[in-house]
Amino acid sequence: MIEIKGLTKRFGKKPVVEDVSVKIESGTITSFIGPNGAGKSTLLSMVSRLLNADTGEVLLDQNNVQKWKSNEFARRVSILKQSNYINVRLTVRELIAFGRYPYSKGRLTAEDEKFVDQAIEYMNLSEMEDQFLDELSGGQKQRAFIAMVIAQDTDYILLDEPLNNLDMKHSVQIMKILRGLVDELGKTVVIVLHDINFASVYSDRIVALKDGKLVKNGPTHEIINSDALRDIYDMDIPIQEQNGCRICVYFNSHT
Amino acid sequence: MRKNSTKLILLAILAIISMLFYAFYDIKGGFDYAFPRRMIKISAMVVTGIAISYSTVVFQTITHNRILTPSVMGLDSMYQVVQTIIYFFAGSMSIWVLNRYLNFGIAILAMVLFALVLYRFLFRADKHPIYLLLLIGMILGTLLGSLVSFLQVLIDPVEYLSLQSRLFATFTNVKADLLYISIGILILAFMYGYRIMGKLDVMSLGRENAMNLGVNYDRMVMNILVLSSVLIATSTALVGPITFFGLIVANLSYQYLVTYKHSVLILGASLISIIALVGGQFLVEHILELRTTLSVIINFVGGIYFIYLLLKESRAAG
Repeated sequence: MIEIKGLTKRFGKKPVVEDVSVKIESGTITSFIGPNGAGKSTLLSMVSRLLNADTGEVLLDQNNVQKWKSNEFARRVSILKQSNYINVRLTVRELIAFGRYPYSKGRLTAEDEKFVDQAIEYMNLSEMEDQFLDELSGGQKQRAFIAMVIAQDTDYILLDEPLNNLDMKHSVQIMKILRGLVDELGKTVVIVLHDINFASVYSDRIVALKDGKLVKNGPTHEIINSDALRDIYDMDIPIQEQNGCRICVYFNSHT
Repeated sequence: MRKNSTKLILLAILAIISMLFYAFYDIKGGFDYAFPRRMIKISAMVVTGIAISYSTVVFQTITHNRILTPSVMGLDSMYQVVQTIIYFFAGSMSIWVLNRYLNFGIAILAMVLFALVLYRFLFRADKHPIYLLLLIGMILGTLLGSLVSFLQVLIDPVEYLSLQSRLFATFTNVKADLLYISIGILILAFMYGYRIMGKLDVMSLGRENAMNLGVNYDRMVMNILVLSSVLIATSTALVGPITFFGLIVANLSYQYLVTYKHSVLILGASLISIIALVGGQFLVEHILELRTTLSVIINFVGGIYFIYLLLKESRAAG
């Protein structure tokens, strides 16, 4: 289990994340939602050790994440950030194979190759595995990076707006894959999402942030209702049920 | 991968041919006199070539930029400052100059300290990227350069001539006694390099991806800054500053061997630099008959190549 305890981060004097405490349940998809600048990405970065918190701590299996050895931590928790500009020429397969670095240190064993093959198949990248990344579209590149994280085979997968650059078809595909990772392989996924409907349809729990503070935290059905969403987004958002999914119709709502 | 190993073998053959040519061409008469001298020069060029290639490739990996060299931090200027200050205050006949080991040690120490101080005060990876460090380094480099010019104006003209020979790159007049230390440093650097090759490959994915894969990125940046300043210091103390050279060979290596593997890239760049230095020096001595120096040619060719790279990068970015 990952436990976030009283986490605060300031950039200059401005607090970006302020005294946030959340427990991430194992075996679930937890979505971080909230307006721009709410501190979602910053929070995710601190959980994954990319950023150091000013105060507070993050515990992975009761141990502060800062105390974990880098390599061990990389076998437990993986993170994918939004922007991934790489200035080396890599093929899709080479990139995905990097996901095995925490295990193989660059010398791939047969088992590593198996994980790479699986990840390629999972993300539907077989046709382009030998293409160079800079020859791919934004969406294909994004899928290659997600495949790298899948090959890393960690219990916890943290994704910072992975649906950026993706069309509807691929967004749905990725959310289904994440669902599969959780339901079939027992992984835990934490994901920053902008589209609340994806959060509503695919996640088990939702953590809502606003101005760096935690405003809502609970199972999806408790958060996706007009009252709670008004607190988060300052918008009146009607909810419609469609085949058991709650869809937020925010396109022409009053602000 | 097989293709790359063929390419490396080809480069190795070319490097050996250029060394053989340099060692044995037109060696009539005083073989016993000429041969050992030529061997010293060849060794110096090989050591310098490898040190510069190695440091430039790893430096470009941590800066994620292929048109920078470690000298952008002002390391070259630091070397000039150390030498000028020594000549200014102690003079060319002092132990600080005459004892080459002492001189060499001080130069290396000063350059590494300079890099460390820059790192210590300026590098906070989550706050400002490495570019701030480079920018300040560059400005300090200019400041130190002006300081050097100021001291050189005041210095005794005879001393100045002797100082000048230290501040220009020359292979014609290599300090043989420093060669052994340099080789030792190079071997240590490669022993360390062997352990971090995989990490370097991962670091080329960027800070966040590298940290995700369990590489202690910020720590590695410091180690590599120190590593490249030691290497640059070594080659500078051995033959003098050659600014463009690392840039050329590193980029030729990237272009020729399309790979992310640092072991291949560094080996490639080292072989290319041996070919360029030994082959170039051969041309200078035997074809151009010493009417110019190798560093002039390097800066000329390097300058043209640099402009080409800038144009290419700006097109890629736009």
